[in-house]
Amino acid sequence: MEKLEAGQIKINPFRRWQKKAAPYIFISPFYIAFLIFGAFPIVFALYLSFNTWTGVAGTAIEFVGWENYYYTLTDPMFWDALKTTILIGVYSGVPQHILALFFAFILNLGFVKVKEFWKATIFMPYITSAVAIALVFSVFYSHPNGFLNYIFVLLNNIPGLSSLLSWIGLDPPVNWLANTAWMRPAVSFTVVWMFTGWNTILYLAGMQAISHELYEAARVDGARWPQIFFRITLPCLKPMIQFAVIMTVIGQMQLFDQPLILFGVHGGTGRAGYTIAMFLYQTAFNWNFFGSAASIAYVTFMFILIITLITKRLLRSHEEVD
Amino acid sequence: MKKMLLLLSLALLVVLASYGGAAEKVTLPIAVFPDLDGAYEQCLPLFNSEYPDIEVIINSLGIDDHHAHIVTTIAAGTGAEDVVAVEIAYIAQFVAEGGLVDLAQAPYNATDYSHSITPYALKQATTTDGRLVAMPVDIAPACGFYRRDVFAENNIDINDIKTLEDLFAAGEIITKDTTGDGRNDHWLLADAASIYDMIIHSAPELYFDEDGNCQVNSDRFREAFTWAKRFHDAGLAGAIGAWSQEWFAGFQEGTVAYEPCGAWLGGHLEGWMAPETSGKWGVAPWPALHEGEEPMAGFWGGSYLAIPEQSQNKDAAWKFIEFIATNRDSQITAFKATNAFPSWMPAWDDPMFEEELEFFAGQKARLLWTDIAKAVPGVVTYKYDAIANSIIAAELGMVLHEDKDIDRALSDAQRQIERRIR
Repeated sequence: MEKLEAGQIKINPFRRWQKKAAPYIFISPFYIAFLIFGAFPIVFALYLSFNTWTGVAGTAIEFVGWENYYYTLTDPMFWDALKTTILIGVYSGVPQHILALFFAFILNLGFVKVKEFWKATIFMPYITSAVAIALVFSVFYSHPNGFLNYIFVLLNNIPGLSSLLSWIGLDPPVNWLANTAWMRPAVSFTVVWMFTGWNTILYLAGMQAISHELYEAARVDGARWPQIFFRITLPCLKPMIQFAVIMTVIGQMQLFDQPLILFGVHGGTGRAGYTIAMFLYQTAFNWNFFGSAASIAYVTFMFILIITLITKRLLRSHEEVD
Repeated sequence: MKKMLLLLSLALLVVLASYGGAAEKVTLPIAVFPDLDGAYEQCLPLFNSEYPDIEVIINSLGIDDHHAHIVTTIAAGTGAEDVVAVEIAYIAQFVAEGGLVDLAQAPYNATDYSHSITPYALKQATTTDGRLVAMPVDIAPACGFYRRDVFAENNIDINDIKTLEDLFAAGEIITKDTTGDGRNDHWLLADAASIYDMIIHSAPELYFDEDGNCQVNSDRFREAFTWAKRFHDAGLAGAIGAWSQEWFAGFQEGTVAYEPCGAWLGGHLEGWMAPETSGKWGVAPWPALHEGEEPMAGFWGGSYLAIPEQSQNKDAAWKFIEFIATNRDSQITAFKATNAFPSWMPAWDDPMFEEELEFFAGQKARLLWTDIAKAVPGVVTYKYDAIANSIIAAELGMVLHEDKDIDRALSDAQRQIERRIR
């Protein structure tokens, strides 16, 4: 051990290393978990997508090159599932955001009493288990005597309404979960109900960051609420809209829980509710085509990436352009 | 001196331990789904009286979770129990090489018992390359559960229903709109797809022939689709999904008059679905497909026990499986506990099969089920059965609900299946 000069503080080399290493050690639990449950499956799936494997440990993983990708991209079932996923995504994504903007705006105005109560209520579906919600909705939608059908049958008995209903194409009682015309709206409604709250909170947070001076200046100029909404709130909210829409796009492309519970693993009649995630699940865990399933995962990833980039570009705010 | 004593005592311990090792307890975890857990718990005292050194631990999960658990543990190579229960619908997923032990090989030689195991059940667990991947432990011979009161009200005698045509005619009489709202509220069936199931579950071949060629474009499938569509279009089925609240209500209220299902449905109806309807039900064999033929005899369920390749206790595992599957007492115990119909044919001599069942108005239903079980054709399982089943189910849905042309549906199905398995 060296002799210390007067005034020098001795630092043990081990201590020095400890100080440098401490931050990494503190965050290591996350990283270790991420490596095991996040990074490894991602890399292994990439590896599997170039091989075939029946999913039995110890059996051959045979290299097949691009075969799986070629098969997936030419598979009518894949394109059907993709179309279904995108359709359900649009049916549920668009209303989600329109409603969320509307609710956030109303809540932000300050007219509503007990704001916290409304915020909590709207947000509650988001934190409820998707499986529980889907189970309740499957009873709600049931044919012929579910609650929704009960309401519609009652409405149908009112003379004026029945012609309106048949004009829409409704012939109560409707088999919401087995009639291909209504299966996608049915699951979309469930998803909208679940996620509008989340988007409302996001938009509310975004709106609260908008300076009040803008609103005051607009009111002084005599603007009315619709004008304020479309001319001030929306443009200022663009970054938040971009974020929320991208999150929705990513989530919708991976939709699995709700269609699974409502329609079963085969996606219901005519596979109208068969999303990409369900197709992937069946391919791997029901049909033992693990390599093919991995290629589906990566092709879907490419689609999500492309759609996200398009969304980002469409919704970019002026700051980003400059 | 002290060291010598220590060494001596250690040596003594080792010697004693090795004697203890001869009668060491083997822990045997088994994985099942309800209600097999209840059934096997009741069999444990019997089992342990014969094998006192095997301690069985029963792990039970819901049927879907249970099979998902088997898939993941087989993929991972560890974590599977030593004995796993597999339901017939899931057998096709596990026929891949290396997953489950081939019980036809030595030292198990399960096929030595083939004279006494229900033949079709044994065949269903056999793969196209001759491996027996699981041992049948209970079977589900299928019959028609019909409501005596509804049939009597409509002056229909179940014995007159000899062909599907007769069933159709009966359906037209039974199906009616009693509330005058323009919609039927009493039906023959819950779901027209049951007619398809009847024809296919009693077929001598399933989706593939012996050489692995897809044959969904065959006459049998065409007939199954056509009949299902005919029943559906005539409104004879209530479009009620199985296991839904409406389904239970249909049984409770008598709005569903005929349900083709496995023998186990009787137990469920009596136990919790519709116990107050006791005495109003009867069971009958399915009608014949064509005039002059034998009644269709099919299956609708069935459980098997298998040993995963990764098991370290295959010997003890086989002892358990052999006991449950081939021991008359354990088969009867399981039957009494949860209506698990014995696959071991000598068990059918038990006097309880002659019992007049009150739920079926005194009918000796169990005798009928043993007759049906003997007549069910056996079909081996092909590894692509699971995917063929998915594709056909989707096409049947299109035919019934979207009016898709049957020939197109079947050729589409054939094309999709062939493409997938090439």
